[in-house]
Amino acid sequence: MNNVKHHLTDSLLMAYSAGTLPEAFNLIVAAHISMCDECRARAASFDSVGGALLEEAEAVAMDDSSFAETMRLITSGAMAPLATPSRPAGKSVLPAPVRDYVGGDLDSVKWQSIGMGVKQSILPTSKDASIRLLYIPAGTAVPDHGHRGMELTLVLQGAFVDETDRFGPGDIEIADEELNHTPIADIGQDCICLAATDAPLRFNKLIPRIAQPFFRI
Amino acid sequence: MIYRKIRQPVIRGGCARVSLTMFNLVDPSEPNVASSPPALRVRTGLKTELSAKAQPLAMKTKYDPTDWITHMTRIRDTQDQAAFAELFQYFAPRVKAFLMRSGADATLAEECTQEVMATLWQKAHLFDASRASVATWVFTIARNRKIDALRKQRRPEPEDLVWGPEEEPDQADVLSLQQESEQLGRAIAALPEKQRELIEKAYFGDLSHSEIAEQTGLPLGTIKSRIRLALDRLRHAMK
Repeated sequence: MNNVKHHLTDSLLMAYSAGTLPEAFNLIVAAHISMCDECRARAASFDSVGGALLEEAEAVAMDDSSFAETMRLITSGAMAPLATPSRPAGKSVLPAPVRDYVGGDLDSVKWQSIGMGVKQSILPTSKDASIRLLYIPAGTAVPDHGHRGMELTLVLQGAFVDETDRFGPGDIEIADEELNHTPIADIGQDCICLAATDAPLRFNKLIPRIAQPFFRI
Repeated sequence: MIYRKIRQPVIRGGCARVSLTMFNLVDPSEPNVASSPPALRVRTGLKTELSAKAQPLAMKTKYDPTDWITHMTRIRDTQDQAAFAELFQYFAPRVKAFLMRSGADATLAEECTQEVMATLWQKAHLFDASRASVATWVFTIARNRKIDALRKQRRPEPEDLVWGPEEEPDQADVLSLQQESEQLGRAIAALPEKQRELIEKAYFGDLSHSEIAEQTGLPLGTIKSRIRLALDRLRHAMK
């Protein structure tokens, strides 16, 4: 996809390459890279930094029997067989890594209705951060909220607009403590997003104004 | 509520936001950066502890990285154990060091390293020298093993690009990519000590993503465009 305007930051790509991100963030980064050639290339260049550091690293001696043990591992068939690339290159709304977590395509998502047509589905990851699919009907708003940590939102279908810009398929919004925003799904099409956060969200009203119709904003 | 309450995040290292920009002294256009050889440095801190235990197993310090590509081809085509033994001797002690710095004890690191090296053998047919150096490829396998074995998490990978019928990559592409990988290695080695330490910390897990500042000062432009080119070609070939 070449129309992506909002990309990942260097710090996220570096941490993804280093393997230090929470699983939920790894998933949203992998999903964005699946949709963005630019960030795929950037991620690969950060892997090259890892390769260079590996070569620079001081060697720690292996056990005497290491090589023999490794050959035994190879010849005994004890290694798990390589996963066959079962991913169809179809035109799914969900990128392959997201399909892996859903356990199927869009029709397998177990949506949970949260009012005004908005639906969510929390994907199973480690607890240090969380990630969910959001389904927002065209023209609907997600409540005005701020963030204590970092929130990443990737558009998979449709688009949303907030105080900062418009975000279409493949675009990722990176929101931190400084951003208070009210994302509104674009009127053209229902919006499906992937949203990851490493802290609870902070709503600005006591009772969140869930799914406020577009015309009332 | 749209957003279910979740636990407070684990914040490592407090709110310290370490800026790499303050060390942003590298100008990739300066010829002496790319061409200066990696200097011998005196290591400090954790590294010294590690090196005290380490023995210089792989004495071979000067090598041509295209050698490793030939090794990979020999492993792939003829299951050449001698080629594998040489790769093992060079990379296994480095993978073990990487895993130990990432928090594994010696026993776990030893075990994981054997698995990483076995995976390298198993996946030899997937290595593409026009997209990565062997060192980079070994790093990604070791990184994934770290996430799996040390952090007990799944590693979501991006959707594969659709690969065509297996073809040898263009030799000119391979050569350029390998040369740029080497240049990158030299440029990293030539970074000011403090900046290099920060980058190492980021890769060895001592810095969280929020502590890595935006501008890393890493000279990644060339290698990124090279990889980008390889991806574009791939996409084109598949149309």
